[in-house]
Amino acid sequence: MTTVLDPTNESTPATIERARRPASLAGLTVGLLDISKPRGNVFLDRVEQRLVSLGSTVKRYKKPTFTKPAPVDLRHQIAIECDAVIEALAD
Amino acid sequence: MTPPLPPGLVAFVKRDCETCKLVDPLLGQLGAAEPLTVYTQDDLAFPASVSALDDRNLEMSWHHDIETVPTLIRVGADGIEEERIVGWSRDQWQAFTGNIELGMTLPEFRPGCGSLSVDPSRSDELNARMGGSGLATRRVDFAELEDDFEAMYDRGWSDGLPLVPPTEARVLRMLEGTTRAPDDVVANVPPDLVDVTVEKIAVNAVMAGCKPEYLPVVIAAIEAICTDEFNIHGLLATTMSVGPVFVVNGPIRNQLGMNSGINVFGQGNRANLTIGRAVQLVVRNVGGGRPGGVDRAAQGSPAKIGLAFPEDEEGTPWISLAEERGIAAGVNAITALCVEGPRLIVDQLSRSPESLTNTLAECLMTTHSKRMVAGIDALLVLSPEHMARYVEAGWDRARFRSELEARLMVNTDDIIRGTGGIEEGLPAEFAGKQLPKFRPGGLHIAHAGGPAGLFSSVFAGWVSGPTGSVAVTKEITP
Repeated sequence: MTTVLDPTNESTPATIERARRPASLAGLTVGLLDISKPRGNVFLDRVEQRLVSLGSTVKRYKKPTFTKPAPVDLRHQIAIECDAVIEALAD
Repeated sequence: MTPPLPPGLVAFVKRDCETCKLVDPLLGQLGAAEPLTVYTQDDLAFPASVSALDDRNLEMSWHHDIETVPTLIRVGADGIEEERIVGWSRDQWQAFTGNIELGMTLPEFRPGCGSLSVDPSRSDELNARMGGSGLATRRVDFAELEDDFEAMYDRGWSDGLPLVPPTEARVLRMLEGTTRAPDDVVANVPPDLVDVTVEKIAVNAVMAGCKPEYLPVVIAAIEAICTDEFNIHGLLATTMSVGPVFVVNGPIRNQLGMNSGINVFGQGNRANLTIGRAVQLVVRNVGGGRPGGVDRAAQGSPAKIGLAFPEDEEGTPWISLAEERGIAAGVNAITALCVEGPRLIVDQLSRSPESLTNTLAECLMTTHSKRMVAGIDALLVLSPEHMARYVEAGWDRARFRSELEARLMVNTDDIIRGTGGIEEGLPAEFAGKQLPKFRPGGLHIAHAGGPAGLFSSVFAGWVSGPTGSVAVTKEITP
C-alpha cells in the first residue's frame, strides 16, 4: 500500500465514498458477475430468476479467472451498463 | 521516542563489512567477560561468535546515530551511553575494554564501513519512517488494488498528465531545497483563499516533477501570483485564454539547468516545464481553481499547463527584464505575467534596426485584435538573431523601447466601430485621437531563443492595470 501526502487544501474527505445504494432493484439493470469459480453459474442463474421477478433487467458477466481482479475493461463495462452489480464470491 | 540501549557493552555490526568480520571472534571473547549486546544490520547469522539481536529494520541504528560499523558503545547501568568507538583500532579496543590482550593477532588498524542506517539509498525512507517527519499534511492511503498513478487521477489531483506520487520521503527530500520551515505560510491562494504552506507547495512540486533545488523558484512564483496586483483569481475566472507565465532571471537559471536557448518555450527541459506546472497544481489543488469550476477559459492554452522560462542574459549586453523592473543585477528573481501562449513574429529580411522595429510594431499592433488599444499588456521576447540587429547598431534597451513605443501609436479613426466593415472597435466619440497600443509600462521585453532563426515572439496579456492583472516580480530567496 502506498501512502502519500494530500496535495489539496484538505477540505474534502480523503476516502472515496461508496456509491449510493438503490432503495429498490425494480426497473434497474443489475449486473451479475461470475468470478469463474465452479458452479457460480448455478447460483447466479437462481439470482437472475429472483431479480427478473422483482422487475430488474439482468446482464451477465464473467471474469476470465477467479485468481485475479476483474480486468479494468470489464469493470468499466459493468459500470456503464448497470445500475448495480452482484458478484458471486465463492464456490 | 528513542528506544534505550541495554547496560554493558553494545556493538553494531553488519556482515557486509570486512572490519566487522575481522572483529567477529573478539565479540565472542568480550561477551564471555561482561554483558554484551550485538545488533546486526543485515544477517541474523552474523556474527558467528555470539548471538545477535535483529536490527535489519535499522531502528536501533538510526535512533542511536550509528554512522560506522563496527561501533562499540559502553552503556551505564542507568541506560545512558558513556563512550563509543568505531572501526577497529587495537589500542582503542584494548583501552575501551580494559583487555590488554585483545586482538593481538589482528592488524593494528582497520577503518569501519558505512552503517546501513546512513546509506543514501535508505536514509530518506528511514528519516520519514523513524523521524516523526513533523509534516502536518494529511496522509492518504491508496488501496491495495489501486494503481498509484491511476489513484492520483481518480482523486482529481492531476492536470491531465501523470504525477509523481508525493510520498513522505519524496516530500522530505523536496523540502531540503529550501531553508524555510515546512509550516511557513507562503501565501493565501485564490479562489478558495486557502493559506498555503511551504510543505503543501513541496507536495505539489513533487507531483509536478520538480527537483528540490527548484522549490525556491516555485515558492517565489506562488508569492508573485497570490498578490492583489497579479490577481490570479481574475485570471482564472476570465473566459480569455490566459495563464500565468514566468520569466526567471539571475544565476539560478544556470544553476537549475534551465533552457533559454533552442525551443525555450517548448518541451525538453525539466525545470522550464515543471516549475510552472507546480504553480498550476498549487492553484488547482490548494486554491481549488479548476477548469470548468472557477477557471472559465473559453479555449485555454497549452501555456497554462506550466511555463517558466529563463531569459538569455549572457547573449545580450542589455539589462535583463528583472533589472528593468528594479531588481539588482545578479539577484535571482521571477516575474509572473498574465499572458496567452507565444505567437511568432517573422522578419527574415530586415538588416537595419529601424526596419525590424517597424515589423515588430506592426505585429504587436494586432495582438488580440488591431482594434484593442491600451487594454492589454504584452511580453515581447526577442530572439538572438533579432537582438543582434540592435546590438550591432548600438541600441540599448531604453533606445529600443522608446523607438518601438513611438511606432505603437494607434490612429483611432482606423478602429472606430463599423470602419472597414467590422462591428468591433472603439465608440465613435474616440475618433480623431492617437492612443498607445499598450499603456505606459505595459510592454515587457525579454531575450531568449536558439542562435538561428529570424523570429521573435509575443505573449499578449489580459485586462491590464489595477482592474486586471499587473506583472509582479519577486526575488527568489533560499
